[in-house]
Amino acid sequence: MTVATLALLAVGTYLGLVWTPEDREMGHVYRIIYVHVPAMWMAMLALVLNFGLCVAYLFKSSWKTDALAEASGEVGLLFGSYGLVLGAIWGKPTWGTYWDWDPRLTAMAIMLVTYVAYMALRRFVEDPEKRAVWSSVVGIISFVNLPIVWFSVKWWRSLHQVQSTPKTVDPDMVLSLRVNAWASLMILTLFLLHRYRVALATREAEVALPEALPTDAPASRDNRASEVA
Amino acid sequence: MKRVRPISLLKTVGVLLAKDLLIEWRTRARLNALIFFALATLLLFSFAVGPDSKVLARNAGGYLWLALLFASVLALGESFRVEQENLTLDGLRLAPADARAIFLSKAVGNALLLIALGALLIPVMVALYGVQVAMGVGPFATTLVLGCMAISAPGTVYSAIASNARARDVLLPLLLFPLIIPALLAAAKATSLVLQGDPMNQLGSWFGLLFGFNLIYWGLGFLLFPRVIED
Repeated sequence: MTVATLALLAVGTYLGLVWTPEDREMGHVYRIIYVHVPAMWMAMLALVLNFGLCVAYLFKSSWKTDALAEASGEVGLLFGSYGLVLGAIWGKPTWGTYWDWDPRLTAMAIMLVTYVAYMALRRFVEDPEKRAVWSSVVGIISFVNLPIVWFSVKWWRSLHQVQSTPKTVDPDMVLSLRVNAWASLMILTLFLLHRYRVALATREAEVALPEALPTDAPASRDNRASEVA
Repeated sequence: MKRVRPISLLKTVGVLLAKDLLIEWRTRARLNALIFFALATLLLFSFAVGPDSKVLARNAGGYLWLALLFASVLALGESFRVEQENLTLDGLRLAPADARAIFLSKAVGNALLLIALGALLIPVMVALYGVQVAMGVGPFATTLVLGCMAISAPGTVYSAIASNARARDVLLPLLLFPLIIPALLAAAKATSLVLQGDPMNQLGSWFGLLFGFNLIYWGLGFLLFPRVIED
């Protein structure tokens, strides 16, 4: 899969840098769109996944859910920061400034800091069970920001354009954007899988039972009681 | 989770709140320290910015809420430390008190503490920064209540988490500050409008934002808190 990802990435890079024409207004500068936009999409995807896993964990505890939640939070944070930096680099030649206090940028930066806090919490709690529960709670609370980031370009008209989709992009550029997005998705999947394995191995080193939490935990007892009642 | 009738939930909240307020009242030294900390913060802003009364008056709303936010971290951090010293949190849950009642009583208690603190800070701010209050007591009180509630709901959840974690003094502000930014922004803007007048009629929309923020985080806290303190 690594080979396929690299191959697709190479094709995407060729399409983005050479094959597609330059932009009428921005010239070659716009080509950063082929990495900036997919990076942001992947960040959103990973953080939505993180939210889903946090909710899932509270309903049914399992080390695998927790490990994947940790992986998706960290990888989402990585892609988000990468996209934000790329956006700032793009902003300098087009907007004339690296950082404008535009609602989209501000909301995104705030959201990334909340996920930094989420990752910090995971480092600061030693008890693996408590860490899993608490980080699920924090993950759910942090997620409230994501819709704000996504819709911020629609709610507040500002410098940042509305979300790019294949429909809003010139037909000549759609293929490059699509290929690069798929390449990014494969990178995301690879990162997630690797990070998941690391997280699961760490958990395995911490506790003897990696499969599921001990069933006599009060949490699961409560759940069963409510199912019976 | 067992079903609890709303009346008994409210009764539990009342009893727990009375207990917390009584403790707060009997250990007044902590309360005083908190007040002077917040006052010192207000004073520090005027040193950091310089004695330019125009700048200070223009930013008074923001400074007030920053002072409240900094003080809130101390207040929130304390609110579960009291429970931990003698393992009373375990005792409460064995009593048995509904975990959601514990959340509500703690969050309401923290909000009341912050509102009282804000009520003390406002006259000092008015005097210190030389601001004119354009609008009446009503909008000011609404801003204060909504803003303090917005800090206390997520703050209560996070202080329960942070109080059990390593590096808790770092963790609470790290978790809380980014989350609270929309509320801080809305509260500071609303305060500025209350102080300087509201010709464009924007106050309502900032109140709306604060109200929505409260709705989301009080709801989330109510739902999620039982999982935070389970053992």
